[in-house]
Amino acid sequence: MTAGAQASMATAARAQADSVPAEAIHVENLHKKFGELHVLKGVSLSARDGEVVAIIGGSGSGKSTLLRCINCLENPTSGVIRVNGEEIRLKADSHGNSVPADRRQIERIRSRLGMVFQSFNLWSHMTLLENVVEVPIHVLGVRRDEAVATAEALLDRVGLADKRDVYPAFLSGGQQQRAAIARALAIQPRVMLFDEPTSALDPELVGEVLKVIGDLAREGRTMVLVTHEMKFAREVASHVVYLSNGLVEEEGPPEQLFGAPKSERLKQFLRNVG
Amino acid sequence: MSEALMDVRPKRKTTDWLKPHRIVLIVIGLAIVLASIFLMRWDWLPQYMPLALQGIWRTIWLLVVTSILGISLAIPLGLAQAAGPAWLAAPAKTFCTVIRGTPLLLQLWLLYYGLGSLFPQFPWIRDSFLWPYLRQAWPYGVLSLTLSYAGYEGEVMRGAFAGVPRGQLEAARAFGMSRVTIFRRIWLKQALHRALPTLAGETVLQLKATPLVATITMVDIYAVASRVRQDLFVTYEPLLLLAAVYMAITGVIVFLFRKLEARIPTRIG
Repeated sequence: MTAGAQASMATAARAQADSVPAEAIHVENLHKKFGELHVLKGVSLSARDGEVVAIIGGSGSGKSTLLRCINCLENPTSGVIRVNGEEIRLKADSHGNSVPADRRQIERIRSRLGMVFQSFNLWSHMTLLENVVEVPIHVLGVRRDEAVATAEALLDRVGLADKRDVYPAFLSGGQQQRAAIARALAIQPRVMLFDEPTSALDPELVGEVLKVIGDLAREGRTMVLVTHEMKFAREVASHVVYLSNGLVEEEGPPEQLFGAPKSERLKQFLRNVG
Repeated sequence: MSEALMDVRPKRKTTDWLKPHRIVLIVIGLAIVLASIFLMRWDWLPQYMPLALQGIWRTIWLLVVTSILGISLAIPLGLAQAAGPAWLAAPAKTFCTVIRGTPLLLQLWLLYYGLGSLFPQFPWIRDSFLWPYLRQAWPYGVLSLTLSYAGYEGEVMRGAFAGVPRGQLEAARAFGMSRVTIFRRIWLKQALHRALPTLAGETVLQLKATPLVATITMVDIYAVASRVRQDLFVTYEPLLLLAAVYMAITGVIVFLFRKLEARIPTRIG
């Protein structure tokens, strides 16, 4: 995709956001248990097209688990998940956990959710370019020359055009994470999912990654973002969800959550991280 | 940060390399080679050359065929143990344990003298199209060397599959790859790359296991050396030739595996 095409898509997304934005992600009454440990105790979450939803919360509050349940990297124990209006069909397996009932369906849904991990998880046996074209070619069936052209444009966009033939191990964490964002963008995702994208980075490398994510937010991409960067969440998010002990303690626009928090726990949390 | 690629080393000039101690070693080496050429008995060589070449060829194809067949068996064996259900993991583990726990010579003889003498008792086997092969020695040699390689490498691949970081596979799942695609594009490739240094060593060991087939009448290069000794009572020269041949093949194996490894540069330090 060219930068121009992306810009026009962004405009379209914004125009749509002005009228009736459709719900891209809908999570309802989600429970997740790891054995005896009850991590999510009935969480609901919604992200409309063009919205940037930031999930914040202390360690162990279940925010990463919530994000990973959206594309069933973790199987929810119970609850409803809809992506672009399509409900993920779940069934109970032999251990009583919910698992995706239809492997094809979950694979199709996943292939339109661009996931960015805390630890990058670029495929170490491929160069950056190969990483970025991998899913378009081998999952989405894009022609190789098209995929390469798109990938080159995306790598250029995240400032890594000259590193296309380098293997991930030879890059800094910030460079790897920017490449991982390019890999996620290459599938032309309906929604970008960020799982603490800067938590594994050296402090001086955080800025370059946040800048890329911020640009994506400003062009109207739908994103769900788990983060510890409160200042960043306040800047880019259109909606902030504060998770505590597996429940949504408080949510709302960033000005309200950060400016005038109501719940005592959130006040305490913001004092601690600020 | 330093971007030190393993395959980029400063090129040395010949003059730097040619130090006095190296010159001495080269001279000693040359002296040994020349002494063994001129002071030992090589007059039998022209006569046995065709047989020797045939033997070398037989050793090489035996090595290549059994290694390729063996690794193709080892991959499912390793995968079953690393990630398979119990009813697949248990037999795979048993197979690897039995193969690794018994001498290769024993396996070879059990197959050749055991299975091989059982087959002719069944008329339908003697009538089948396979019989012309089953009455020869090489199928049993290929089979037992293949099973042996599979047994050892099954264990190596189990470790290699288990050693691929979770995140690598999780990223593949997160982008909607099917299980087959994940295995083919990510898991197998990374596991094989991790296993390469070990596989190089194991393949060299496999080469040195091949002379055992001489005990079931296959004429490999080792059998040729034995025949020279029996025919002419020349002992050391054929063994010296044998050593040179095995070392040369080992060199080629090591070189080829290094090439394979270098296809994905590894960061050191």
